[in-house]
Amino acid sequence: MALPEKLTQTLEMLEMVPDRNERIQLLIDIAGRFEEVPPKIARRPFPPEHLVPACESQAYIFGEERPDGTLAFHFAVENPQGISAKAMAVILDETLSGAPPEQVAQVPQDIVYDVFGRELSMGKSMGLMSMVGMVARMAKQFAEGKGATAGA
Amino acid sequence: MSEIESRGYVHPEVLVSTDWVAQHLDDPEVRIIESNEDPLLYSSGHISGAVEVDWTRDLNDPVRRDYLGREGFEALMRRIGVNRETTVVFYGDRNNWWATYAYWVFQLFGHDKAKVMDGGRIKWVNEGRPLTRDVPTYPASEYQARERDDSRIRAFRDEVLKHVEARRPLVDVRSPQEYSGERLHMPEYPNEGALRGGHIPGAANIPWAKAVNPEDGTFKPAAELRSLYQSEAHLKADDDVIVYCRIGERSSHTWFVLTHLLGYEQVRNYDGSWTEWGNLVGVPIER
Repeated sequence: MALPEKLTQTLEMLEMVPDRNERIQLLIDIAGRFEEVPPKIARRPFPPEHLVPACESQAYIFGEERPDGTLAFHFAVENPQGISAKAMAVILDETLSGAPPEQVAQVPQDIVYDVFGRELSMGKSMGLMSMVGMVARMAKQFAEGKGATAGA
Repeated sequence: MSEIESRGYVHPEVLVSTDWVAQHLDDPEVRIIESNEDPLLYSSGHISGAVEVDWTRDLNDPVRRDYLGREGFEALMRRIGVNRETTVVFYGDRNNWWATYAYWVFQLFGHDKAKVMDGGRIKWVNEGRPLTRDVPTYPASEYQARERDDSRIRAFRDEVLKHVEARRPLVDVRSPQEYSGERLHMPEYPNEGALRGGHIPGAANIPWAKAVNPEDGTFKPAAELRSLYQSEAHLKADDDVIVYCRIGERSSHTWFVLTHLLGYEQVRNYDGSWTEWGNLVGVPIER
């Protein structure tokens, strides 16, 4: 199955920035657009079932059902220095919120390397891949009629 | 006596405060080095004059699983304008996790004019101190590196096996879930790079971050560290100790604590760690 259209466009846009320093600046700018999950969706303390496994930045992901039958994804990143996690959260929100859940469910975790490159520590890549995996899993459960709030 | 000295460490001189760093920003004999887990952090803002040393790009051999050799280290030091008399001061994110890793790699080459900024990046930021996006450049040095010496502070798998057979102490600094092997078997959990879960027989489990005050990232006083490693992990002062984690990064933090803050003279970091041991055929594993 094809990737969601906006995700494909974003990955193509990133591919056009092969210079590592330029890519980093772009991702920092993307992280600057991060907005935490609104209180109407979730408040602290966030439920542990929404905590992303293996993410050292303590990221949480929440799904919100939209009237058109898709999901909006919301994020919290508790580590104030978790700038990569915030950049990943923005990309996932901007490209997968509102996309067909069946497509979101098929997004592979290794898009992390398309976004950040291969020069990631094992722990960092695991955490970021786990964010992608959790979004895909939530979309899969939603598409199977199990609701929008399922966590890890 | 400084606040750091008052904590009772055996070698307090390896730590400097954020105040000290602020007073040495323009000191030509000091090079501030930021090493992070997060690859975006340095570029988003760093201490004025600080250079970045990145673990994946700067400290690893690009092909085989190993650290850079003498020529690579020499090139790195020349690029960041460090000579043998320069004092390097490391700091970074995640309680100085990667800063102590870079520190440890520098010690493989014997650059012992090295310190760590207590509290790391988060303490500097929380104190409202300035960051800059200006990337400094320094005139290239003519650093002459020594050959890398792995014998003192680095352990390899065969040495670890002998260590286990001799019932000498090990410290596994991973989480309790990794130590027990439970985490490797959680459904849909990301692959941790090992086929088997558990820990090296006889290893005590003291997660690395227990050595740090969670509120400000500073190291705990010596008395608390002794309680942690001597009472809980049952290490004795003259023990020959091997520490490990998943790939040797977290355990370099514990190596730093045991070696410099508590004064253990025989501590080696097994950087093969669980990603090697958990894939080896026939080695003993405990759960």
